[in-house]
Amino acid sequence: MTTTQTPVSAPGARPDVTSLPRRIRSNRSVMHYVGSVLKALMCALMLAFFALPLLWLATAPFDSAPSLSLAWPEWTLKNFKVLIDNPYALRSLANSIILALGVTVIVLVFGSIASYALSRVRIPGRDTLLYALLLLSSIVTGTAAMVPTFQLMNQLGLIDSQLGVILVMAAGVMPTVIFILKDFMDSVPRSYEESARLAGAGPLRILIDVVVPIARPGLATIAVWAVVQVWGNFLIPYILLRSPDKQPAAVVMYTFYTEGGQPNLALISTFSLLFSVPVVAMYFFVNRKFGFRFHGGIKS
Amino acid sequence: MSQVADPLVATPGSRKGTGRRPVRHDDVAGLGKLRAGFFVAPALALVGLFLVFPAVWTAYLGMTNYKLTGLSAKAPDFVGLKNFTDTLTDPAFHESLKLTLVFVLFSGILGQSLLGFAAAWVLRTTNKVVKSLIEFLVLLAWIIPSSVVSFLWVALLDRGDGTLNAILGTQGTSWLTEYPMQSIILFNIWIGTAFSMLLFSSALASVPPSQMESARMVGANTWQVLRDIVLPHIRGHILTNTLLITLWTFNTFTPYLLTAGGPNHRSEILPVYIYKVAIAGGHLGVGAAISLIMLLINLVIAAVYLRVLRERK
Repeated sequence: MTTTQTPVSAPGARPDVTSLPRRIRSNRSVMHYVGSVLKALMCALMLAFFALPLLWLATAPFDSAPSLSLAWPEWTLKNFKVLIDNPYALRSLANSIILALGVTVIVLVFGSIASYALSRVRIPGRDTLLYALLLLSSIVTGTAAMVPTFQLMNQLGLIDSQLGVILVMAAGVMPTVIFILKDFMDSVPRSYEESARLAGAGPLRILIDVVVPIARPGLATIAVWAVVQVWGNFLIPYILLRSPDKQPAAVVMYTFYTEGGQPNLALISTFSLLFSVPVVAMYFFVNRKFGFRFHGGIKS
Repeated sequence: MSQVADPLVATPGSRKGTGRRPVRHDDVAGLGKLRAGFFVAPALALVGLFLVFPAVWTAYLGMTNYKLTGLSAKAPDFVGLKNFTDTLTDPAFHESLKLTLVFVLFSGILGQSLLGFAAAWVLRTTNKVVKSLIEFLVLLAWIIPSSVVSFLWVALLDRGDGTLNAILGTQGTSWLTEYPMQSIILFNIWIGTAFSMLLFSSALASVPPSQMESARMVGANTWQVLRDIVLPHIRGHILTNTLLITLWTFNTFTPYLLTAGGPNHRSEILPVYIYKVAIAGGHLGVGAAISLIMLLINLVIAAVYLRVLRERK
C-alpha cells in the first residue's frame, strides 16, 4: 500500500520516521512488512477466487476432449462444429437477439420521447412521477412479480409469445431508462432547440433532428444497458415461453446441462463462450468509448 | 404507497419554492403540457400495464384459489385471507424465509460488501497490472450471463472432475448436495462483488489523501485510519451499498440455476420457493400471496433507501 510506503519512499516523510523513538520505528517496519504480506495474500486469494471458475470457459471450448476438469487443452476448433450442428443453439442466440433488439427499440423510442417531455415541460406531478417510477423499478422485480405477471400473460394469451416477453421486460427496464435519459436530456443545451423552432420545426422534428443526435452517448449507454439486461435474463423467458424453438440462449443453456444424460461439454463450452462474448465486448467497448461506468448496476 | 411518496415529494416541493422559473423558459421546443402528456403516455401505459398492474393485482390474486390447471383454473373462488394465514403459518415458508435471511446476510450484506470494500481498499495501492487484472476478472463475473456462470460453478464444484476437488484433494465431495447453502452464498458473492467494488473505489477516491497521510504521521495503524478517517467519509456510500445489495440479493433467482432449491429444499430461498409453489406446483393463488409479502418487503427496503438518498442530498 502506498499509504504504508509513503513514509519510507517519500523523501519529505523520512525525517519524521527517523525522529520517532526506536521502538515505534521497528514496530512500524514490522507492521509495514505484515501489511505488505497481507496485501499480497489478499490479491492472490482474490485472483484465485475470481479466476478459477472462469478458466474453464477459456480452455474447454478449444479442447479436443473437453471435460469438467481444468487442463491445458489440446487445441482444436472442432467443438464449434458441434455447436453449429445443434438445431437449438444458433436459433436460441437469434432469439436472444430478437428479444434484446425488441426491448431496446421499445425503451429507446418510448423512453426518449417520454424523458424529453419530462425534461422540458413541468407536467403536474412530474417529480412525484419520477420518484414513483424509481421506487417501482426496485420494488416490482421479476422475481417478486413473477406470479401476477405469469397470470396476466396467461389471461392475455401471451404465454409462449416472444412479444409478451419483450413487453414485460421493456416495462421492467423502462423506469430506469426514463430516469437516466431524463438526466441526459436535461444536459442538452436548449439554444439549438430554440433556433430549430424559429426555423419552423415541430417538437417531434426537433427531438429527432436536434436532441437525439446530441444525446447520442446517453442513448448508447441506455441501449447497451438494456441489451445486457435482456441478454442474461433467465427467469422471465423461462416462465413465459414454452416452445424450445422460441427460447433465448439463457434458457436453452440451462436445458443443455439439466435435461438428463451426460452433458455434451463440447456444445456447452462453445455455446457459453459465444453467448458471453457479445455482452462482455459491448460492456468494455462502451466503457472505453464513452469513458464511464455503469451506475446502479448492470444486472439487477 | 402514499406513505412512501410523501417524504419524496418534499424534495421537488422545496425546489419549486425557490425556483419559480417561468415555464416557457424550459419548454423551448414549444411542446406544451398537453403534447408533453402524449409524449409520456406510451411509456407510462407500458409500465402501468406490465409493471404496476401485476403488482396491485397480486393482492387480489392472493385472495383466490387460482390454480394453473383443473376446475379452479377456470372459475376460481374467493377465499379471503386464507392463503396469507396458511402461508404465514406454513413451516415450509418459515424455513424458506430463514434461508433467505441467511443468504442475504452472508452473501449480500457481509460477503459482497466486505469483499468489495477490501478489494477497493487493497487495489487502490496495488501495482497497475495486478489491479487491472483483478478488476477485469471481478467485472467479468458480473457481466457474463447467469446461465453461463451457473454452469461454470457446476463444473467447478462437480463431484467427480470438479476443479475444486482436484485442488483440495477431496475427490468425491459433492459440494452442491452436501453444502448447498454455502455453495450458493459463495456463488452469489462471486457474481455480485463487482458492484460493491466499483462503488467503494469511487467512494475511497473521495477521501482526502492528506488526512490519511497525517494520520499515518502520528502513528495510526491501518485499522485506526479506516475507523477514524475513511469510515466517516464513506458512511453514505456504505448505506447505499448495503440497501441496494440487500434488495438485489433478496430478489435474485440465479441460485435456482445452481441448486434448484435442493437437495430437499435446503437451498430454497424465497424466489425459488415462490417459483416452485406457483409456477411449477400450479398454486397461483398461494404463490400470489407470497409474492405480495415479497413486494411488501421490497417496498420497505426501497423506502428506506430513497429516504437515505434524500437525506444525503
